[in-house]
Amino acid sequence: MQLLQLLISGIAQGCIYGLIALGFVLIYKATETVSFAQGDLMMVGAFGGMLAMTLMGFPFWLAVPAAIIGMGLFGVVVERLVIRPILGQPAFSIVMLTIGVGYVLRGLITMIPNIGTDTHTLDVPYAGQVLSMGGLVVSAEQIVVILATAILCGGLFALFKYTKLGIAMQAASQNQLAAYYMGIPVQRINGLVWGLAAAVAAIAGLLLAPITFVHANMGFIGLKAFPAAVVGGFGSLPGAIVGGLVIGIVEAVAGFYLPEGFKDIAPYIVVLLMLVLKPNGLFGEKLRKKV
Amino acid sequence: MRFIFKTDYNQDVKLAKHGGHVFWYSLLGLGLLIAPWTIEEYWLAQLTFVLIYSIVGLGLMLLAGFTGLFSLGHAAFLGVGAYTEAIMVNAGVPFPISLACAGLLSAAVGMVVGLPALRVKGIYLGMATLAFGFIVEEAMARWESMTGGNAGLSVNFPAIGDWQLDTTNEFYFLCLVITVISTLAIVNLLRSSTGRAFVAIRDSEISAQSMGIHLARYKTLSFALSAALAGVGGALYAHKIMFLSPEQFSIVQSIDLLLLVVIGGLGSVHGAFLGAIFLIVMPQLIAMGKDLLPDAIGQAAGLQGTVYGMVLIAFVLFEPMGLYGRWLKVRTYFQLFPFYRKGMFKRQKSFQKSDRLK
Repeated sequence: MQLLQLLISGIAQGCIYGLIALGFVLIYKATETVSFAQGDLMMVGAFGGMLAMTLMGFPFWLAVPAAIIGMGLFGVVVERLVIRPILGQPAFSIVMLTIGVGYVLRGLITMIPNIGTDTHTLDVPYAGQVLSMGGLVVSAEQIVVILATAILCGGLFALFKYTKLGIAMQAASQNQLAAYYMGIPVQRINGLVWGLAAAVAAIAGLLLAPITFVHANMGFIGLKAFPAAVVGGFGSLPGAIVGGLVIGIVEAVAGFYLPEGFKDIAPYIVVLLMLVLKPNGLFGEKLRKKV
Repeated sequence: MRFIFKTDYNQDVKLAKHGGHVFWYSLLGLGLLIAPWTIEEYWLAQLTFVLIYSIVGLGLMLLAGFTGLFSLGHAAFLGVGAYTEAIMVNAGVPFPISLACAGLLSAAVGMVVGLPALRVKGIYLGMATLAFGFIVEEAMARWESMTGGNAGLSVNFPAIGDWQLDTTNEFYFLCLVITVISTLAIVNLLRSSTGRAFVAIRDSEISAQSMGIHLARYKTLSFALSAALAGVGGALYAHKIMFLSPEQFSIVQSIDLLLLVVIGGLGSVHGAFLGAIFLIVMPQLIAMGKDLLPDAIGQAAGLQGTVYGMVLIAFVLFEPMGLYGRWLKVRTYFQLFPFYRKGMFKRQKSFQKSDRLK
């Protein structure tokens, strides 16, 4: 029973990791780079939702879509201003750029007087409610996280499977030059992918906010989502969610059964094992170089 | 304008290419020698930090700039060196021996971390080193009997025999000597076949392999050397700070070190020094600029991070060769005057090739 309880909290936490990892994977698939700003985009999304509710007085059901759409647009703008000028340069340049973007976002949020440096709570209508089913205690926050992740995954699956845009994104991620020759506007697709990744990050932030708190350093949780992406395979969308779940469950179980301190490093031990045993991840794609 | 007329292959690998090099480096050396008597003690301490960060930067430059392997966990090597040094010196081991041990232990750890580098590339290697960095940071915090945990560990002065190096000047000269030795070692290494093998691996692993370069051996060697320099730098850092705690060696420090090599200029020995100067001087400049700005902006907590990030973005966008590239452009302008053309350093754009197919 205790194990089951641990599993549920692990799954809820893992869904958050998975959602952030989803952002990594989206960007990695489309542009072959890893965005270190993903955690900070999540933080900005959470702040956006909170500010929309407290400063502008939006009701919850309006503030959430507003924050998500706002972050989507923000992602497009970031791509246009910062990433696009150096497209085609070594991948490491773009990694450094995203680290810079992360610094700036964190810095700018902390610079907002009286808001940026404090810790806030996001007032959600389902806060504090607890469901108990036959000895299991599940908080409403955890259920919402799991449900929202499932719905989002379904939505993304439909997007990539059934819409022209999703298929164009897949094509651009597999071979940019060939996609370009086929008439796909690769640069615009890249922008949209960044927007999508930022919107997903905002959703992750809004889901995480009731569980922890909203503060400027909450983006560091993004560093735990890297293991999730690696475990699942960096190029695989379902892999990101599965990797997130694996990391979340491992963390929850290690935190309970192993001595103190192992909870924080368990994800990284899993990653090292994964890289040694199966560097491509659980769902890693196998591509061959043709000469 | 200077013409260098080469008549011998050995001229290509000479340490000083022409009289100008000898003159300017002698002048720089002289300036560094008399620095303790010409500048204030505060700035001398900052200069010592620059020297220490240069040593660590040289190590990371060897790995990232010359071998093309990026490490997101370099602070861990720094930490291993610092703690080894602190524990040994506190136990009464003479400084030269403890310094050597700090370097060697870091190198050994570096070799172990280098092992995943044989199997994984690019971002996966970054993840492996990142994971390693977190594990070492946690180990430093939890192994309280050795490291003092989060409460910290104070460090004794270094001593060679009966001679205690307990003044700012003595320690400065110690750092200067070690910096000069490591710089010469790296420059000489890069002139040797080993150094050229590193560069070959960076430029193309496949062609390097087909030229007979043993990839596994050279990658591991690069990791070990880089970690050894970081360990030596860490040992000096421990003495300079005099108090160690795990959070000094976190991911933030690792990213700072990456910033150092990128802003200094990837793939140049000068870049390690320019980057170290930047890393030390930048916070001072921001602190000075704070007074000029209106209070609402100047006193905000996030100003430093914002400026850091913006500088980093600006460098990657506009000056990918870093501070060294900027210096190269200025120098070329004056060397070629009046024949400098605007597009001389223009970057070539290439189609993006998939990393996954490598």
